[in-house]
Amino acid sequence: MASTETETKKSLIEEYTPIARDGLWNNNAVFAQMLGLCPLLAVSNSVINALGLGIATIMVLIISNVSVSLIRNIIRPEIRLPVFVVIIASAVTAIELVIHAWFHELYLVLGIFIPLIVTNCAIIARAEAFASKNTVVKSFFDGLMMGLGFTLVLVTLGTLREIVGMGTLFSNAHIMFGDGMQWLTIEVFSNYEGFLLAILPPGAFIGLAFILAARNYIEKRRKENTQQKKQQEAPVLEAPVV
Amino acid sequence: MNTALLRNMLISAALLAVFAGLGTSLVMVTFEATKEKIEASEKANLLRNLNNIIPPDSHSNNLLDNKLLVPASSKLGQKKPTTIYQAWQGTSPVAVAFSIISNEGYSGEIKLLIAIKANGHVFGVRVISHKETPGLGDKIEIAKDDWILGFNDKFLIESVTAPWKVKRDGGSFDQFTGATITPRAVVNAVFKALDYFNHNQHKLFLEQAKYDQMYGIAQKSRPPYGKH
Repeated sequence: MASTETETKKSLIEEYTPIARDGLWNNNAVFAQMLGLCPLLAVSNSVINALGLGIATIMVLIISNVSVSLIRNIIRPEIRLPVFVVIIASAVTAIELVIHAWFHELYLVLGIFIPLIVTNCAIIARAEAFASKNTVVKSFFDGLMMGLGFTLVLVTLGTLREIVGMGTLFSNAHIMFGDGMQWLTIEVFSNYEGFLLAILPPGAFIGLAFILAARNYIEKRRKENTQQKKQQEAPVLEAPVV
Repeated sequence: MNTALLRNMLISAALLAVFAGLGTSLVMVTFEATKEKIEASEKANLLRNLNNIIPPDSHSNNLLDNKLLVPASSKLGQKKPTTIYQAWQGTSPVAVAFSIISNEGYSGEIKLLIAIKANGHVFGVRVISHKETPGLGDKIEIAKDDWILGFNDKFLIESVTAPWKVKRDGGSFDQFTGATITPRAVVNAVFKALDYFNHNQHKLFLEQAKYDQMYGIAQKSRPPYGKH
């Protein structure tokens, strides 16, 4: 009895780890697919903005993935794309209304970029490539992981740009967490004059380039390591023979 | 063959219609559920902004209850009718706040609230929204710089308009390093509001109905979405 339980658990982990790895790193919406760059570049000028749009995107991804997965057996291939678009657009509009109602100041900051989530290709790409072929639970998990991966890059870029550009972290924290969270704002450098380029749009491109370069470097090192391991293992096997 | 094709088309169309219906109902339900909350948040936000320049202890009325819509005026630099909020202490007028949109900024509109005391002195000015260059023009925000507080208690002496300019134009208000256009736009908007106030003071504390009656403002100048 116990063994079957551990077996199913193991297979669950085996089943879901690749989804998580795909969403967060290997097939990350930004790193690997280069999708959703418009909101990424526009809203990443501070951590709080980035976090706000990231969470909205995660919610849209989960809702769209789960809905698409639920109807994957009813829907016909010839009308699947319009149906996906309708689902995504309604989910985004509903979320926009919710943010407008309960996070009014965040809504004022994010403005046009919430409706623009509709045009984030990462969302329809996941609906088409994953949710329309997988179970509801898996699609939910994929939506969460893909969204987290996107948010991670968004927040990293936001952190980078905010520190370099304004010398602060979590400025305007109150627009997301309420007035009680003002203390969250950290002044990294006091009396910092600010580096304008980092906050302006070119700073977003430059920052993204640095992040991508770092990612490529890590990937390269990893590949070299695995290759070295293979080469090291090979002579060890041959040694006793000689 | 043809009937089969037709049947397929109808089924697809029906399916698509069902999903369109579902999507629309989701949006409608959310809209209904959030409508009141959105309205309340917008009002609260506006009131918070207004209370920053007309402190709550200076007046006894709710600023949102006593507003006046005046027609678009080039003297005020406005292309659309302007909303004016009146502050009253009992029956004596305390101040008015103009909701102003300036198009003279560096990029896009600058939305301002300009409060003027009944004696013609500036009560306070705040920038509500703008698209000026971050790091340069955004010093007009109270969160970034206290430049905007420099207007407090300033007033206009008839025919002496020179000081109401930025220093580069020979006036008395600081510009920012690297940004002259933005502060110039704000200074200009405040000047126009003060000038308009001085010329129309007797009208600005009227009730809307009386104002419309006395100055023949047709109902059509009101925005069509106003509450009835």
